[in-house]
Amino acid sequence: MSLQLMTYLVVGATFALYIFIAIKAKAATTGEFYVAGKGIHPVLNGMATGADWMSAASFISMAGLIAFKGYDASVFLMGWTGGYCLLAMLLAPYLRKYGKYTVPEFIGDRYYSNAARVVAVLCLITASLTYVIGQMKGIGVAFSRFLELPFETGLFVGMAIVFIYAVMGGMKGVTYTQIAQYCVLIFAYTVPAVFISLQLTGNPIPQLGLGAHMGGDPNNMFMLDKLDKTLVDLGFHEYTLQKGSTLNIFMYTLSLMIGTAGLPHVITRFFTVPKVKDARSSVGWSLVFIAILYTTAPAVGAMARLNLMETIRPTTGAHAGEWLEYDQRPQWFKNWEKTGLLKFEDKNGDGKIQYVGDKEKNEMVKVDRDIMVLANPEIAGLPNWVIALVAAGGIAAALSTAAGLLLAISSSISHDILKGIIAPDMTDKQELLASRIAMGGAIVVAGYFGLHPPGFAAQVVALAFGLAASSIFPALMMGIFVKRINNIGAVCGMLSGLGITLVYIFWFKGWFFVASTAMAANTPDNWFLGIAPEAFGAVGAMVNFAVAYAVSMVTPPPPEHIQRLVEDIRVPGVIRR
Amino acid sequence: MSDNSEYWRANIRLVMGCIVVWFVVSYGCGILFAPALNSIRILGGYPLGFWFAQQGSIYTFVVLIFFYAWRMNQLDRKFGVEED
Repeated sequence: MSLQLMTYLVVGATFALYIFIAIKAKAATTGEFYVAGKGIHPVLNGMATGADWMSAASFISMAGLIAFKGYDASVFLMGWTGGYCLLAMLLAPYLRKYGKYTVPEFIGDRYYSNAARVVAVLCLITASLTYVIGQMKGIGVAFSRFLELPFETGLFVGMAIVFIYAVMGGMKGVTYTQIAQYCVLIFAYTVPAVFISLQLTGNPIPQLGLGAHMGGDPNNMFMLDKLDKTLVDLGFHEYTLQKGSTLNIFMYTLSLMIGTAGLPHVITRFFTVPKVKDARSSVGWSLVFIAILYTTAPAVGAMARLNLMETIRPTTGAHAGEWLEYDQRPQWFKNWEKTGLLKFEDKNGDGKIQYVGDKEKNEMVKVDRDIMVLANPEIAGLPNWVIALVAAGGIAAALSTAAGLLLAISSSISHDILKGIIAPDMTDKQELLASRIAMGGAIVVAGYFGLHPPGFAAQVVALAFGLAASSIFPALMMGIFVKRINNIGAVCGMLSGLGITLVYIFWFKGWFFVASTAMAANTPDNWFLGIAPEAFGAVGAMVNFAVAYAVSMVTPPPPEHIQRLVEDIRVPGVIRR
Repeated sequence: MSDNSEYWRANIRLVMGCIVVWFVVSYGCGILFAPALNSIRILGGYPLGFWFAQQGSIYTFVVLIFFYAWRMNQLDRKFGVEED
C-alpha cells in the first residue's frame, strides 16, 4: 500500500474516533461545558492533561531541538515537567477546592476586584491565542507534508474537527477526545523510538538505549560517547556538555517551570476532577503520561542526530570516513529538500556533502529542527505504517492542545467577561449558548491567524510562558499562601511583572515583534546579565512578588470575608468554626 | 481554628521539603553541579549530570508529586479536614 493511502487511512480513522466521542459526550449544562461536571477520574484527567499539554511543539519540535542543542536543550525537558511539581503543591488542590470554573474568576474573587479579573482575562487570551496560532500552523504543515493537501485545506479540516467536538461537548467532549488523542500521540511517538533504539543499541527501551553501547556490544563505544566523538571530529560542540551560560540555563528552566504552572488551560484541567485529593494525584498522573514522551525525546534526539551524521559521513563500512556524494543522497533527503526545510549548497564544488561545525565550510546550509521527528522513521528506514502513524500523532498533538486553549479562551469570554461583568443575570441556558458562540468565534479567529500568521508566530512560546510566569502564577500563589495581599497589591504586582517582562522581550525582539523596532540586537552580549528574553519570565515573576507584597503592606488589609475565603481553600473539607 | 493552623504549618513544612528536593535534582544535579557529576557514569554510558538533566530530574518530579499527594492525604486524615 502506498504511503499516502496508508496515511489517509490512519488519519481518517483517528478523526472518525474523535467525532464518535464528540457525539457521545455532549455538554448539557455550563458545569459540563466548563469543567466536565467535575466528574473526570484523576487518571483519565492525567491522560487528557498530557494531550492538552503536549503540543505540536512537544511532539514535532522538541526532539529536534535536543538533537541540535544537546545538553543545553535540557531547559525544555526540566522546565516543561518541573512546573507540574509547582502546580501539584502550590496551586491545583487549592483552586479545585475553590471550585469555580475559570482562573480569572478566582483572581477576581480573591482580590475582590473586577480590574484584577480583567487583567487576568487579557493575559489568558493573549497567552492562549498566540499559542493556538502555532497549533493551527502545525496542523496545516502535517496535512500538507503527509497528505499532500494544500496548507489551507488542511487547516480547514482541522478547524472543522475541533469545531464539532469543542462546540458540542465543551470541556466534557474535549476531555474524552484528548484521552483518545493522548493514546494516538504516545503510540506514534514511542513506536519509532523503540525501533531506532533497537537498531542502534539493541535495547528496545529508548531511555536505556541512550545510555547503552553501540549495537549492544560491550566491546563497542557507548552511544553517547560515539555521538560526542563524531560531533567533535567534525568541529561541532560536544553533545553532552553545556554550551550556554549557566545563569541563562538556570533562569530559562525556572521561567519555563513557573510559566507551565501558570498556564490557564493546564490549570483548568484540574477543576474537572471530583475531589481535592484527586487534584493532587491527578497532577502526578499527568506528569507520568507527559514523562513517557519527555524521557523518550532525549533518546530520539540523540539517535536521530547520530543517524543523520552517519548518513552524511559514515564512520564504519565500505565508505567509512567519506562524505556522501550528493547524487547518492537517499529519498528522504530529496523529499525534505522539496519542502525547503533541508538545503545543500556545494560550496567547494566537489559534489560531496560536507557537514561540519565551521560555518564557512558547512554545506548543509539548512537543517530545520522540525524535520527530525517527522523524518526520523524515513532516515531509519522504518515501514510505511510507522510513518503514517507519526503523521496522525502530530495532528493529534496539535488538535488536542488547540482544543484546550480554545476552551480556556471561550470560557473566559463567556464566563468572566459576559456573565461575570457585563450581564450577571444570564440564565444557565443563555450562558451555555454564549459559551458555544464564543468557542465558534475563537476557532474562526485562530483559523484566520493560522492562514495569515503574524510575523511573530515563531516567538509566541516566549510570550505565552513569559505572560503566564510573570502575571498569573504569582497572583494565584500569593492568593493562596499570603493572606495579607490585597486588591491594589495584586493588580500592581501583575501589571509590573507583566510590564517588565513584555518590555524586555520587545526590547530585543522589536515592539510588538516588529523586528525593525528592536532597541538592541538579540545577542547574549546585550542581554541583562546574559539572560535571554525567553528566560526573563522568572525575573518578571520575582518583580510581581516583590511589588505585590510591598504595596499590600502599605495599603489596608483585605476584608474579613476574603481572609475567610483563603482559610476555606486551604483545607480540603468543610471548615468548622 | 487552632487545628487548621497546625494543619497548615504541617502542610508548609511538607511543601518546603519537597521543593528542596525539586530544586536539588534539577537546578543542583542537572545544572549547577552537572559538570562535576559528569565524571560519574550510570546506567551504562550516561554521564551523571547529563542524566539528571535529561532523565533523572523528570523521574524524581513524578515520584515527588505522588509522595506529596500521599503525605497530604495522611495529614488531611490526621487533622480531620478531609472531604466527606
